Amino acid sequence: MTALTPPADHRLRWTLIDGLTLVGRELGRLRQNPGELIAALIFPAVMVVLFGYVFGSAIQVPGGGNYREYLMPGLFAMVTFSAVMGVMVRVATDASRGVMDRFRSMPMARSAVPFGQTGADSLTGLLSLAIMVGAGLLVGWRPHRGLVPTAEAFLLITLLRYALSWAGVYVGLVVKNDQIADQMVPLFFPVTMLSNAFVPTGGMPGWLRFLADWNPVSALTAASRDLFGNPGAPSGHLTWPLAHPAATVLLWSAALLVVFVPLSVRTYRRRGR
Amino acid sequence: MTDPIVFAEGLRKSFGDVQALRGLDLSIPRGRVCGVLGPNGAGKTTAVRILATLSDPDAGHARVAGYDVVRQAGEVRARIGLAGQHAAVDEKLTGRGNLRMFGRLSHLSRRAAHRRADELLERFGLTDAADRQVAGYSGGMRRRLDLITSLILRPEVLFLDEPTTGLDPRSRGEIWDSVRELVADGTTVLLTTQYLDEADRLADDIAVIDQGRVIATGTPDELKATIGDRLDVVVEDPAALRPAATVLTTLAGTAPATMDADRLSVVLPGGLRLADVVRELDRSGVAAADVRLRRPTLDEVFLRLTDRKEPVR
Repeated sequence: MTALTPPADHRLRWTLIDGLTLVGRELGRLRQNPGELIAALIFPAVMVVLFGYVFGSAIQVPGGGNYREYLMPGLFAMVTFSAVMGVMVRVATDASRGVMDRFRSMPMARSAVPFGQTGADSLTGLLSLAIMVGAGLLVGWRPHRGLVPTAEAFLLITLLRYALSWAGVYVGLVVKNDQIADQMVPLFFPVTMLSNAFVPTGGMPGWLRFLADWNPVSALTAASRDLFGNPGAPSGHLTWPLAHPAATVLLWSAALLVVFVPLSVRTYRRRGR
Repeated sequence: MTDPIVFAEGLRKSFGDVQALRGLDLSIPRGRVCGVLGPNGAGKTTAVRILATLSDPDAGHARVAGYDVVRQAGEVRARIGLAGQHAAVDEKLTGRGNLRMFGRLSHLSRRAAHRRADELLERFGLTDAADRQVAGYSGGMRRRLDLITSLILRPEVLFLDEPTTGLDPRSRGEIWDSVRELVADGTTVLLTTQYLDEADRLADDIAVIDQGRVIATGTPDELKATIGDRLDVVVEDPAALRPAATVLTTLAGTAPATMDADRLSVVLPGGLRLADVVRELDRSGVAAADVRLRRPTLDEVFLRLTDRKEPVR
C-alpha cells in the first residue's frame, strides 16, 4: 500500500471543482436566506441616498460638479473594501463552528477552501456592484468617457475586491472566532472614511493626508473618478498614489495577493491546533 | 489475524505547558466499536484530532485504515468520517444542501452526490426535514445530520467525538440506533463520550484515558470484573447492621464500602457465592430482608480507575 500522489493537473482540476462547489455553497446560502440577500443589496442603495442627499446637500465638490457624481466612485470603493469584513466573518464562522474542521478532515483539495471563499465573495461583490450602479444611475450618476474606460474602472474595482478578500480570509483564519470577527467589523469603517471617498484629502492634516492618500480606497476612488469622467479630480500638488491612481490600485492588488494568498493557504493547511 | 484498523503508539502532544497526550497507545480491530472514556481534559479530543488528521502529534505515530496519519493524511481522509463536537454542517443551508455540497467536496459526481444525499436522508429518517434550513433543526436532528454527513463516503472508520453531549434522552436513543446500524454494516467506530451508559451500550471495547494515557482497556464486562461484584445487604432491624458488617468483613476480607441506616454494600472477591453469604448471615442470627449481588456499573469502574490518589508525575 503506497500513498498515491495525484498528478498535478488532476489536483488542479479538483482544486477548481472544489472551489466552484464552495462558490455554489454561497449561492445556496443566499437562496435559503433571501432576507440577508435583500439587506445586503439594499445597504448600498441606502448609502447612495444617505450620502448623496444628506451630505450632498451641504458639500461643495472641489472644482465644481454634482456631488452625487462625485460620490458614486467613493461608494464603489467603500463597498469594495467591505469585502474584507464579509470574508473575514464568513471564514471565522466556519472555523469556530467546526465546518472548517470538516473540510480539513475530507479528502478535498487543500487550497480549495480559501479559493472558494474568495470566489464566493467575488460573486456577492458583482451583485452588490450591479445594485450600486443601478442606484447610481437612478440618482443621476453617469460614466462619461465611453465603454472602454468604464469597463476598466469596473475591472479595477473587481480586482481590488478580490485581492482584499484574501486579506479577509487570512484575518478570519487567524481570528477563528465568529464573535470576535463580528466585533472587528466596525474597526474597518474608519479605513474607508480615511480616504478621498467623501471629501478631498487636501484639507487634512499632513500625517492624516499621507495615510489617506496611500489608502487603496483613495486610489480606487480617484481611478474610478478619472475613468468614469466624474468630477473631483484632485488638483494642485499631488502625492504619487493620487497622481497615478490606476497604477496604485494595480500595485495594491498585486501586493495584497502576493502576501495574503500564500499566507492564507499556509495558515489553512497548518495543522496542530 | 488482521492488523488493527486504528493503531496508535506513543502519541504525545503538548499545548504550551500542558501535556495533552503523554504516550497514548490504542489499537482497534476492524468492525469493532471502541469507546474512549476519560474525564474532561484527559486527552480524548486531542487523540481524535490526531487520528482524524486535524492535528499532528509531537511524537509517536498512528495508522488509520493502513495509512500513516501524518505522511499519508490524504489517504486517511478518504477513508474516515468525523462527527461530533468538531465537525459541523452549514447552518444556513438545508439538510439536503449540506449533504450534496459535502458529497461534491468528497469528489462524488453531481448525480452520485444527489443520490447519496437522498439515500442517507431516507435511511436516517430526515427526509421530512431535508429541505428546511439547518438553523431551524432541533439539536437531535442537527446531530443526526452531522453524523450522516460523515457517512457520505461510507467510511471504514468513523470518529464520533461526544456525539450525544447535550441531547435529550430520545435524541440520544436515535443517535445510538444510527450508530448500531453502521456497525452492522461493518464500520469501525471510535466513540468518545462522557456518558458511561453510552459506552456500556454501544462499545465492544473500552479504553479509559486519564492524563494523556490509556490506563485500562477491555470489554465493559472485563472492566467491571476488575473491581469485583457488589453485594448489597438490607437488614430488617437496624441493630443487626453491626453484626452483619462483621460477617461480611470476614467473608470479603475488606470492610463494607458503604453503610446506611439499614443497608450495607461490600465488594466481593471472586469465588464467593451468594449462598455462602446467606448461610453465614443466618448462622450469626442476622435477619436479612434482602441480599442482592450486582455487577458494578461502569461509573464505579471509571471512578475507581480515574481516582487520583497518586500524585501526578
